[in-house]
Amino acid sequence: MTSIIETAVTPVAKKPLLARINWVRAAPFLYTLALFLIWEGLVLALDMPPTILPLPTRVFQAIVQYWSPIWKNSLQTLYTTTVGFAIAVVAGLAIGLFIGWSKTIYSGLYPLMIGFNAIPKVALVPILVIWFGIGTVPAVLTAFLISFFPIVVNVATGLATIEPETEDVLRALGARKMDIMLKVGIPRSMPYFFGSLKIAITLAFVGSVVSETVASNYGLGNMMSSAQSQFNVPLVFAGLLMLAVEGIVMYALMALLERRMTGWAHRSTMAQ
Amino acid sequence: MSHLVSIDQVDMRYGGADGTLAVSGLTMRVDKGEFAAVVGPSGCGKSTLMKLVTGLHIPQTGVVVVAGAQVTKPVSIVGMAFQNPTMLPWRTTLDNILLPLEIVERHRHRLRANKKEYVEKAEHLLETVGLKGFGQKFPWQLSGGMQQRANLCRALIHEPDLLMLDEPFGALDAFTREELWCVIRDLHAAQGVTIVLVTHDLREAVFLADTIFVMSARPGRILKEHRVPFQRPRDLDIMYQTEFNDMVHELHGEIAKARAVA
Repeated sequence: MTSIIETAVTPVAKKPLLARINWVRAAPFLYTLALFLIWEGLVLALDMPPTILPLPTRVFQAIVQYWSPIWKNSLQTLYTTTVGFAIAVVAGLAIGLFIGWSKTIYSGLYPLMIGFNAIPKVALVPILVIWFGIGTVPAVLTAFLISFFPIVVNVATGLATIEPETEDVLRALGARKMDIMLKVGIPRSMPYFFGSLKIAITLAFVGSVVSETVASNYGLGNMMSSAQSQFNVPLVFAGLLMLAVEGIVMYALMALLERRMTGWAHRSTMAQ
Repeated sequence: MSHLVSIDQVDMRYGGADGTLAVSGLTMRVDKGEFAAVVGPSGCGKSTLMKLVTGLHIPQTGVVVVAGAQVTKPVSIVGMAFQNPTMLPWRTTLDNILLPLEIVERHRHRLRANKKEYVEKAEHLLETVGLKGFGQKFPWQLSGGMQQRANLCRALIHEPDLLMLDEPFGALDAFTREELWCVIRDLHAAQGVTIVLVTHDLREAVFLADTIFVMSARPGRILKEHRVPFQRPRDLDIMYQTEFNDMVHELHGEIAKARAVA
């Protein structure tokens, strides 16, 4: 095996620089760079005023200039998002298992859940403010409310789609419902669960920022809305950029977790 | 009293009073240590028969008795294997085979303490079906035929008195199927387990079974019972003898007639 790799490596080293770059690996960075370059070029070419669309360089300058508030507010948003998300994970898993447990519970609760999910969560923020006042709590709760639905649906789907043969084999051996859930249902729904975390974490950001924008004195949402009222458009964009970065990092973390925990479900890539 | 399975005038209807009548007036007996095969046109209630004997379904009328006791709940002295191997992909093959032991009341409490003994047993079974050394592989790393072998091991690990096989070789190629026929034949000879095999393959039925039950089209009942006269141990070569082919031919005619009636 090693000898094959070595012989394969030597001719590669002689290739010109461009051929040696792993383009698939480099692509995300190059595309991101290209986005900013096109943005910069368009703004310069169309001579747009910075109050409408600032130059990316101006946005980066704003990030440096306002680093202290940006950092503080980013941490606050990350905090409310992850706490809301964590509650959603625990509650979503529990409710998903509960719903997937029996057909009656499933058919009874499912329409309720869909109706609840259809309500725009921004409309709930005022109610949360009445109950808990402005600040961290409504942001955490909005992040939770918006992100727990995909987790519930995915876990319940995993449980509901157990192969009937597997269930027959186990039931014939005298397995109780609990046995089937523990041995088959729960392991089986884990790929669905970890897959849903990627969707849920991005939704959690939406929830927390919406709530911060409407009803908080902290967080990126609040920072952006006050920057907007002062026509500090570069700072608004700086906030958006920070949100994008946080979103990508958390998403990557969930994707990594998914791979680690349920490698067996991605067997086409794992099998030699 | 030597019957391990006895079914008397059983009716089984799905989906309430005006649902489908799957079997009607079903009567059959399987002796202890016997190898029985059930053949019939498709949709004749063969799978229903499986579920009645294992206690997954309780009949509306009639009585099912397994090992001297009327079946009113799942009977754990049965091992089951289906056409679909349904190995759990997150467990290794060995852990898949040990799964029934985590369920069956008699074993689940002593599994942890006696793990070594059970693992040895599982590995012995793997060796019997020609899968020695594959225990640590995951099921999706095995071919279809190998998965079906592992499936047989899982059905046998808790030393069932009765093995119910629902077209276990249906999805395999002809050569693998013949190989597995021999595996089943040898398991039956070595362990003295009673086997009920539901199948579409008449040659499979004649080669393996002592008794063949021909079922009618829905609602299913037993049309005819055949004794298979060939001496054991049987070799694959008997499939090329005239008597063997005559018997397959006869069965084929009966099933064609049953289909035509439906």
